[in-house]
Formats: sequence, C-alpha cells, structure tokens
Amino acid sequence: MESRQAPAMTRRHMLSGAFRAACGAGLVAALLAVPARRRAEAVALRPPGAIDDAEFLSACVRCGLCVRDCPYNTLKLAEAADGQPVGTPFFNARTVPCEMCEDIPCVVACPTGALDKSLTDIKAAKMGVAVLVGQETCLNFLGLRCDVCYRVCPLIDQAITLERHHNERTGKHAVFIPTVHTDKCTGCGKCEKACVLEEAAIKVLPPALAVGVLGAHYRLGWEEKEKAGKSLIDGIIDLPDRMPEGPAPERLPGGGFKEFKP
Amino acid sequence: MSPVREPRHAPVREKRRPGLDRLRRDGWLAAHKWLILRRLVQAGFLAVFLTGPLWGVWITKGTFASSMTLDVLPLTDPMMALQSLLAGHVMETSGLVGAAIVLAAYALVGGRSFCGWACPVNVITDFAAWVRTRFGLKDAYPMDRRLRLLILGGVLAGSAATGTIVWEAVNPVTMLHRALVTGTLFGGGAALSITIAVLLFDLGVASRGWCGHLCPVGAFYALVGAKGVVRVSAVNRDACDNCMDCFAVCPERQVITPALRGAKNGIGPLILSGDCSNCGRCVDVCAKDVFIFTTRFHDGAGASVRGPAKKVLQGEKML
Repeated sequence: MESRQAPAMTRRHMLSGAFRAACGAGLVAALLAVPARRRAEAVALRPPGAIDDAEFLSACVRCGLCVRDCPYNTLKLAEAADGQPVGTPFFNARTVPCEMCEDIPCVVACPTGALDKSLTDIKAAKMGVAVLVGQETCLNFLGLRCDVCYRVCPLIDQAITLERHHNERTGKHAVFIPTVHTDKCTGCGKCEKACVLEEAAIKVLPPALAVGVLGAHYRLGWEEKEKAGKSLIDGIIDLPDRMPEGPAPERLPGGGFKEFKP
Repeated sequence: MSPVREPRHAPVREKRRPGLDRLRRDGWLAAHKWLILRRLVQAGFLAVFLTGPLWGVWITKGTFASSMTLDVLPLTDPMMALQSLLAGHVMETSGLVGAAIVLAAYALVGGRSFCGWACPVNVITDFAAWVRTRFGLKDAYPMDRRLRLLILGGVLAGSAATGTIVWEAVNPVTMLHRALVTGTLFGGGAALSITIAVLLFDLGVASRGWCGHLCPVGAFYALVGAKGVVRVSAVNRDACDNCMDCFAVCPERQVITPALRGAKNGIGPLILSGDCSNCGRCVDVCAKDVFIFTTRFHDGAGASVRGPAKKVLQGEKML
C-alpha cells in the first residue's frame, strides 16, 4: 500500500510544484504588465475645479462620481496608460473637450473636495492653458485665415485674440496670430479639438507646464517704478565700459566694425 | 472512467469535498444556502451600480470608494477617508457623512462582513480556495495572518508621509469594482492585471493569501467590526465529529477553533474574532448543524435547532 502511494505523491508533488511555479511567474507577469503599458500620450487634463495637483491625490478617492455626472462624456477615469494615476478623472481635449456647463455638475458631484466647490463660475476654471505649440504648422502662422481655434473659443476675443503681424514671407500681407491670454483661458480644449490640422497645433497643457514661472526674486523695473510712483534709482548709473583689449577695431563707414564676427 | 480506477479514486475525491455529508443529507440548495445568499448580495451591490449605465435607471452612482444612492444617501469607504485625513485633506461634508455611515454600519453588523458580502475580490479568492481544495493543493508558503495589520499600518503611515491616498495606487478591491461598474475590466487596464495577480497569488503562492493575510482593507474592517452584533456560534459543538469540513471551507480557520473546541477551557461557542467575515460557509457545510447565525448577545444555546437533525445527530453519536 505504501509503495503504491509513494510514486503517486511524487507525481502530485511535481504537478503542484509546476503549478505553483506557473502561478508565481504569471503573478509577476500580471504585475509587471501594469507599469509596462505606461506610455506618454496626449496630455491628461483634470476636471474643472481640481485642486492643486500635489494635493489632488490626498483628496480624490477615484469614485468616478464626476465622470458619471458629466453630461458630455468628457471625463474619463484614467487607466495606467493615460498618464494620470489609475482611476483618477481626466479628459483629453482632442478627444472630447470640456463643454463648460454653467452649473458645473462634475464639481457638484465630487464628495471629497478634490474638485473645489468654491468654483461656481466656469469661466474662472483653470483646467489648463492653451498653447500654440505648432508655430510652423498653424495655418494662421503660415499666413492663411483658418481662425478656427479663435472662432470656437467660448471666450472669443478674451481667451484667444487674433493679433495682426507683418507677413515676412510675402512682405506685403498680414498674418493673424491666434494669441492665448492665460488669465482668461479656462483650458476647456475646444480650440485643440477644433484645430483642423492632423495633429493639433494648439494644445491645452496643465497650467504649470504651459505658463513659465518667473523666479521669486524677479522684479520688473517698470512695475516697481509704477508702484513707487518714481524711478527707484536717482539719476543714471554709469556702468564701466568693457572694451576689448588691444587696439580699437576700425570702424566701417556703413556702421559696425571691421573683422567683427558676432 | 474505467471500472478499475473508479473505486480507487472515488473515496479520495470524496474526502476532498467539504460539505458532502450535508449535501447528501439536505440537498445542494441547503448545503449552499449562505453561499448563494452571499453571491446574490454581492451581485446586488454590483447591480445597483450597473442599472444606471446599462438601462438608464440610476440607483447608485460612483463606486465603493464613494457613492451616491438615489441622490440622497452618500457612502464613502471609511479607510479611504482615514487615509485622506492622514494625507492632510479634510473631505467635503457629504464624503465624511458617507464614511461615518459605512463605518457605523460595519461596526454594528460586525466582523469583516464587507469582505464576505460586498467585496468583489472575495469571489476571486473564494474561487481560488475552491480550486485549491478541489485539487488538494497544499499550502505553499504559509504567512502570518498579522501581516495585513502591518500593511494597514504601513498604508496609513504612508498616506501621512506622502500626502496621498496611498493604497489606491494598488487596491484590487476598488480597482476591480471600478472596472466592473464602468465596464472597463477587459479594456487592457490595471484592474484585470491586478485581479489576475490576486487569483494566481491565492492559487499558487499562498492559500487564502490575499484576503486572509495581506489585504489591509480587510484588516481595517476586522478592527472596525470587532464588536459587531451579527456572529456565528458553534452552538451545537457537542455534536462535532471532527470531520474538519468547516476548517476546510473557512477563509479564516483560526477563528473557529476557540469557539468549536473551547468548551473544556470554558470558552463560549460564539465566534468573536473580528477576522470572521460572516460568510456562513461553516453553517452551510456542517452535517451536524453545529453552527448558526446569531448575535453577540446570544450564543444560541437554547435556540431552536431543527428537531429531526438533532435526532440524526444523536443517533449517529450512539453508533
């Protein structure tokens, strides 16, 4: 009886060992599959009223209530590949932009305050800032009158204006440059959605990425002057003239210096 | 099957099926009563979230993380609220009220009822345990069940340290529920990967590994429900014939021992451990009707146990 049972146990051991190993390997593979799929794609924007990104993950419980109450299916919950932590709400402007509902149902639905209820005027939202990144492809930059981003902007002539500049290529025409005003732009993404190019020339970026930040120590002379009501410095400061050593270069009759290569 | 192999293998297979005696005596339905009820409740918890997206009849919006039922009842995962608080964020009133309601409900009902009756991962790990029992797989890498308390501590400390709701980065409970509710389980997301990982972990690495040893959500609810009202009692423990069927099906077998075998040490028949998920499988499988559902205030002694069953038990004992 014992001799008959022993080989059976061995086979059982071997099979269960192989099964265990397969499970272990599969487990590792399943876990690695999550980060492996992570890839940088389109910019994932937060819903209106989203608190500062650093604090957002202390508040958002990833319940999806904002997504459910979005009437335009703009909002989605992130998957690993979407560039935001899994389960957090985001939208992709090129896919479905924010329609800027006046009652902001997504913010109303948020049970945690990850979307700040003090946002009651959708025009004050800061989901991102549109940036005209494709300055070599934008049709308006090329001198055509596409104007689509400007036309679709819910805050036309405030968030996007058309600024007239000289067309250097033709020498006699004008170009109308769509110009985003960061203080007005809500980042709804209508412009990015509507851009007629194959890849949008105007893109909404998170505010922190889109707008440069001046160093905290920077002071703008003209602003300081206005604040003080007068120039902050009395008279003119005479800085020392720094001249190249050796004999002074020869001046040319048309201006500039001989043998000077900038 | 060949007639030669049949008799040799049949008894072995029988031995590996806990609850067979009960099944033979009372039929399949009776031997699976609480299991079926539990699956129905679990499905129900899912259904209230799904009627909206599927048929436009909105009962509950959101997920287990936080939800809104019929536009009046907010519910929030209390462990999530605690992490958020530790991360330095105070939730909106509706979120906090929701967390308080859930906390109160599970503290009252007791034990890890969430794990047994609501959590979708339970279905996965129960399946893994069923496969293990069916094929007689030995426990591969035994772990300490207190590990989950350690992980819970780490999660709470981690939330405070990082200022984020840390556990949500990996939580299979909310990930699976979210994927089921939003219909994205097979969309190539993290939820499927994590669910498969949990299944394989329980199948091949550790018996009852995830829910029974690692999951901090369960550990949290075990603490919350430690003094809950609904309890299983081994009221009829004198009738126990040590068939071990209850131990074989119990996801937290350590909770049974004191209640079932504690008579000589003066320990009552109530299963008082917060680890018990009130799943009722022990009640289902026991052919001696040892276990009943009761309350913490009444260990069931003197409660009516079905007459005929009692007779059968005593008859068998005399034999």
